[in-house]
Amino acid sequence: MSKSLLIISRQAPWAGPSAREALDIALAGGAFDLPLGLLFLDDGVFQLLPEQQPSALQQKDLTANLQALPMFGVEALYVASRSLSERGLSEQPLALPVEQLDDSALSLLVDRYDQVITI
Amino acid sequence: MKFAIALFAPAHLPSSRRALRFAEAVLAGGHEIVRLFFYQDGVHSASSNAVSAQDELDLPAEWRTFVEQQKLDAVVCIAAALRRGVLNAEEAQRYQKPAANLAAPWELSGLGQLHEANQLADRLICFGGH
Repeated sequence: MSKSLLIISRQAPWAGPSAREALDIALAGGAFDLPLGLLFLDDGVFQLLPEQQPSALQQKDLTANLQALPMFGVEALYVASRSLSERGLSEQPLALPVEQLDDSALSLLVDRYDQVITI
Repeated sequence: MKFAIALFAPAHLPSSRRALRFAEAVLAGGHEIVRLFFYQDGVHSASSNAVSAQDELDLPAEWRTFVEQQKLDAVVCIAAALRRGVLNAEEAQRYQKPAANLAAPWELSGLGQLHEANQLADRLICFGGH
């Protein structure tokens, strides 16, 4: 059986290439049909906000790549509810169907995967 | 035990040195390294063009010597490397850039190599992530 990998994405989309590069790991793994999860944690939750305008920063929009995750077979998408509430985003509609996890659910999640990459 | 080792930090940060010392300890302990994978700013740890002062540690050179002596499979992510100006001769020519700063034993390849290494290894150990 394939080993499972949890990718923890912790950077805002405007904070350099990390958000993009975490997502690329997920998309590449999805293309190989591997069991993957993607967790948005800390500033990584900003990636989930709809109606971003990255062109104002001469940046490309990541949202389309994020939307591609289910098409690549990456459907285990999680967000830390504490990270949302710390940033005043608890009531905010999110651009992706993600499961919200509290702190104890987070540690169970990390436990469930064979390997973890945090970016 | 089989290890995959991923490095996300450039040579001038402590994580790169720690990753190298860990990799050395893995082999000294009789274990196996299935692959080194340099991603994000870790691609700079493979650059041939970093210059250290004479009395300072030359980490890219140490990495190169280690990989050559141990005949390791050492992959630098091509997308991350191109973005950061770490190019081998072939890519420098392809994109018409004036210089190459990556050579053997490093291989430029894609993220599939990271996933393959993860599947082959008992443990994935990452250095320098955020």
